Amino acid sequence: MLSRAQAMAALLELLTDQPVIICNGFPSREAQHIADRPTHFYMIGSMGSAAAIALGVALSKPKKHVIVFDGDGNVLMGMGTLATVGALKPKNFIHVVFDNEVYGTTGNQPTISNVVPLEKVAKAAGYVHVERVREREDLVYEFKDMLTKDGPSMLLVKVNEMVEDAGRVKLDPPDITKRFMQAIK
Amino acid sequence: MIESDAFVQALQDIGVDFFTGVPDSILGGIIAELMERRLYTPAVREDEAVAMAAGAYMAGKIPAVLMQNSGLGTSLNTLISLNYIYCQPCILIVSWRGHGGKDAPEHLVMGEVMPQFLDTMKIPHRTLTEKTAIDDLKWVAETFMKKRIPVALNITKGVIKGLHP
Repeated sequence: MLSRAQAMAALLELLTDQPVIICNGFPSREAQHIADRPTHFYMIGSMGSAAAIALGVALSKPKKHVIVFDGDGNVLMGMGTLATVGALKPKNFIHVVFDNEVYGTTGNQPTISNVVPLEKVAKAAGYVHVERVREREDLVYEFKDMLTKDGPSMLLVKVNEMVEDAGRVKLDPPDITKRFMQAIK
Repeated sequence: MIESDAFVQALQDIGVDFFTGVPDSILGGIIAELMERRLYTPAVREDEAVAMAAGAYMAGKIPAVLMQNSGLGTSLNTLISLNYIYCQPCILIVSWRGHGGKDAPEHLVMGEVMPQFLDTMKIPHRTLTEKTAIDDLKWVAETFMKKRIPVALNITKGVIKGLHP
């Protein structure tokens, strides 16, 4: 099974200047470590909000693909946003969920995503394309495919609990905002 | 009483171009007007609305979030650990349920503590009146631009024309 960092690295190789909203906790730290780009919005805190932030960007910038890097705990916390995305149907919205079935940042307490298939919840809520993948090849194939199709799409990738030694998010929050705003103008 | 269309127009005139939120009866007239103008993006929770507004702001919009004051409680963490610390402003149009202690029981506590609650959250706020409306909106716009944090305009019952007068 892939680690989240391996899966993230594979996706970041396929992206260039698209806005990417990355949820709080280890995912933001790992993304910064793998490839720090001004088009990345790193969250610290406000857990559960990544998809809602991305939705605000996607609705305001309909010509750009907007990507969310989310986690299973985050999606469960803000599950209502799956309904909002499903109802509003932004075509440029790609929701990637790295599902390791635990709250990794706080010590691997179990979530409930082992019994609640989040991509099926998204499909029922109105996402147009949803896929669940485990292998690197499938991850790359499906993500490339989603970049060519009208969304909203959800790509759920099962990952293990491994964490990259990445350090905290380096920029101050107001600088992350400024840099991101400038980069997606 | 302020007409809903005049209020919405005044918000548009100060540059607001992204509206989201969760309904309240006091805000019914405003939301109906926003929907008629195809300007309203409905959210399912107030914290979601606030996060959407943050995204819209970063994408170049001037966002407003409509909510009942109970929604301040729901969105507390997002307002502080997203909007506030990241310097992402939004205009909160908050209906003041429980104002003056006259409302259903579930509104009384928040109705009583709301100004202190906003103060504690470091959110600048004003309460709209018909007499001071032009000034109030000017203050909202200036605070938004200057402080780059959420700013609240509180709406009490009967100040803006609702759906059921």
